[in-house]
Amino acid sequence: MSKANATPGIAVPAIELPSRNVLAHIWDKYGMLVVFAVVFIACASTIPNFLSMMNMRGLGLAVSLAGMVGCGMLFCLAAGDFDLSVGSVVACAGVSCATIINATGSVTWGVLAGLATGLVFGLLNGIIVAWLGINALITTLASMQIARGLAYIISDGKAVGVSEESFFTLGNSSFFGLPTPVWITIACFIVFGFIIRRTLFGRNTLAIGGNEEAARLAGVHVVRTKIAIFSLSGLISGFAGVVLASRMTSGQPMTSLGLELTVISACVLGGVSLKGGIGKISYVVAGVLILGTVENAMNLMNISPFAQYVVRGLILLAAVIFDRYKQKAKARV
Amino acid sequence: MNTDRAYLAFRNISKVFPGVKALQDISFTCGQGSIHALMGENGAGKSTLLKILSGMYQPSGGHLEIGGNKIEFNNTLDALNAGVAIIYQELHLAAEMSVAENIFLGQLPHKFGVVDRKRLRDMAAERLQHLGMHIDPDTPLRRLSIAQWQMVEIAKALTRNAQVIAFDEPTSSLSAREIEQLFRVIRELQTEGRVILYVSHRMEEIFHLCDAITVFKDGRYVNTWSDISQVSNEQLVQAMVGRELGDIYGYRPREHGEVRLEVRDVLAPGLRAPASLQVKRGEIVGLFGLVGAGRSELMKAIFGASPLFSGHIAVDGKTRRFRGPGDAIAQGVMLCPEDRKAEGIVPVHSVRDNINISARRRTLSAGCLINEKWERSNAQKMVRELNIKTPSDDQLIMNLSGGNQQKAILGRWLSEDMKIMLLDEPTRGIDVGAKHEIYRVIYDLAEHGISVLFASSDLPEALGLADRIIVMREGRIVGELLHDEATEQKALALAMLRQSEPANNPINPVSASVA
Repeated sequence: MSKANATPGIAVPAIELPSRNVLAHIWDKYGMLVVFAVVFIACASTIPNFLSMMNMRGLGLAVSLAGMVGCGMLFCLAAGDFDLSVGSVVACAGVSCATIINATGSVTWGVLAGLATGLVFGLLNGIIVAWLGINALITTLASMQIARGLAYIISDGKAVGVSEESFFTLGNSSFFGLPTPVWITIACFIVFGFIIRRTLFGRNTLAIGGNEEAARLAGVHVVRTKIAIFSLSGLISGFAGVVLASRMTSGQPMTSLGLELTVISACVLGGVSLKGGIGKISYVVAGVLILGTVENAMNLMNISPFAQYVVRGLILLAAVIFDRYKQKAKARV
Repeated sequence: MNTDRAYLAFRNISKVFPGVKALQDISFTCGQGSIHALMGENGAGKSTLLKILSGMYQPSGGHLEIGGNKIEFNNTLDALNAGVAIIYQELHLAAEMSVAENIFLGQLPHKFGVVDRKRLRDMAAERLQHLGMHIDPDTPLRRLSIAQWQMVEIAKALTRNAQVIAFDEPTSSLSAREIEQLFRVIRELQTEGRVILYVSHRMEEIFHLCDAITVFKDGRYVNTWSDISQVSNEQLVQAMVGRELGDIYGYRPREHGEVRLEVRDVLAPGLRAPASLQVKRGEIVGLFGLVGAGRSELMKAIFGASPLFSGHIAVDGKTRRFRGPGDAIAQGVMLCPEDRKAEGIVPVHSVRDNINISARRRTLSAGCLINEKWERSNAQKMVRELNIKTPSDDQLIMNLSGGNQQKAILGRWLSEDMKIMLLDEPTRGIDVGAKHEIYRVIYDLAEHGISVLFASSDLPEALGLADRIIVMREGRIVGELLHDEATEQKALALAMLRQSEPANNPINPVSASVA
């Protein structure tokens, strides 16, 4: 609905909505997904084997871990916090899942143990951050090390192989040609996207990130909501750990090192604001897809892992600098 | 205007932001040695004009002239070097550094890159003395009052030998005595032949201080009066809002019902003595006091936003324990906080989300799902009824003017089932038109039986609006005045009473507060 120029003399602020704004709006809504599409098409047309079934499956699986964990991270970032413990929680949950399966012979108990591990770490993070008011960066930095340490202690530093084969279906089966972990990730995107957009909890999360004090004075239960956010992040990380353990047929204490940074990078790359208050699931989807695709392409092109770090860093920098300009253009006056 | 003394000229200045023409074809001149007021509603374009003058924005059209020469500022440093200084509402100083360092920030005296502490101290001391300030230049800035910060800003401007000094709402958080001090300094700057621009919403101040006045409306130039004595209060208001306002407060006595809010012996952070007060149904009570008197603290304690050390709060005769704002809201007690930006709005969210942030919990489906249809229609209803000027309810609230942001926050509470409205400085930094609309809302609320308790440091407003005024000083309630008996003298005497004055002044002391 674009309006023609306001007639001079009418005493309202002249508001124009030229077509440029419509483009800006589309860009705002789907911008990074468009970037992903461009990157994907470029890779598909220049890199041999990129579109092969095997590579696509590999790409899907590589993205699925960051995608699931990213769902939880979206809530932390949207509330203006971080969760650095996710990578270690993935490892710890995988190890405890494997250990419990071996000890009890029950896959159910193992999966529950993995989920509980994640939930407990998330709950502790939330209580310390929200209730005691300790900085999230420091809190989750600490729990990141504790979770990693416990993973090593439980597993005695070695991969815990699972003997119960029914456990492997979770990570290694397929439906309609897509690996189950990819389906799970898609389900997570849908569920978490719905939660942040359509539920009171999701809106309150964004409000807390946008202005915590204003949210509190508007009656939002900040402490409760924050504890729930961190618990959710822990829980989904625990679940991701279980799925990963199933895929690898073992709980590995040294897995997912640096995953937290990859996930935060992906979220920010997609457009989630580091200052809080702005976040959508489509941003996370776009972020993990772009990072995953670029990484996959670099592997196919035999670019050295050392150079890959540099490229990933440059992409992230470019994304945040671009984002800063976008914000500036929005926040006029 | 005596054109040969015109030193600063705005020539056909316009400024366009995506979607908004913030300024259109602004032309006027300011003379040397004159104090030139800029007035207009919020969103009229004063702040944008100041930002262009400061070099922060570049005009989309037109140019500035200083001393007859066309000039162009690419950044704020250009403007500083050209002798233009702006003293903003929010002060831009480094709190942890000393007064002296702040004054000479960016041009610290040094020898081979090492700061020359002694010279810095001496130079700063001289500047401070010149402004009549008696403070040690080594004091860290954070120990000073807001008024003193402002003086440091002025001193800083003078080190650059600023010929043009613009003040943006300088008195909004100053006490009466501090304002006098500030005016004395401004007049001194005037006699030295500088150009002073003075932006304020306070009419009395402008008539008291300024020589000339220019009025803006909706980004356009309306008029300049080069001799302020030739313009009346009503003329100015009409120029600003384009309509007659009549008596701005429109007070009329109302019947009051039973006691709705009762505060008994409440002690909370920031209060020095137990506070007790009552507000009846349909009654409007003003809390008056100087900055730091404890008004905000008392309101926050009533609202459950800060802990209660002791005492009770009763709503409609029932004692309630609020563990947080959520509990208070559930009982129909609402608070519009003092600092809109820090405590009121969620800047990066839409007007719609800001309005619905609280009430949405009551319209959920399945216990947790947002009712988007209701939210949209509620937001649009509030935008319409409160006359919130915004292109749509999707607009980010940070793009609205202060007055419209405040109206959106009022809309947030009007969406609720309200019994008691607590308003903390509801009209601070808001233009006349929006103020008028907010007063209208307050009377509407009272007529519907809602009890209103509002804090104000604007005395005429407190006197004009309230049925009863409760005066606070230094963390305690010190007295109470009914609408008919309240005068500025009585209220100020209570608010500022010093020990030298006799305690048996002619105003009813509130027994509970005389501890």
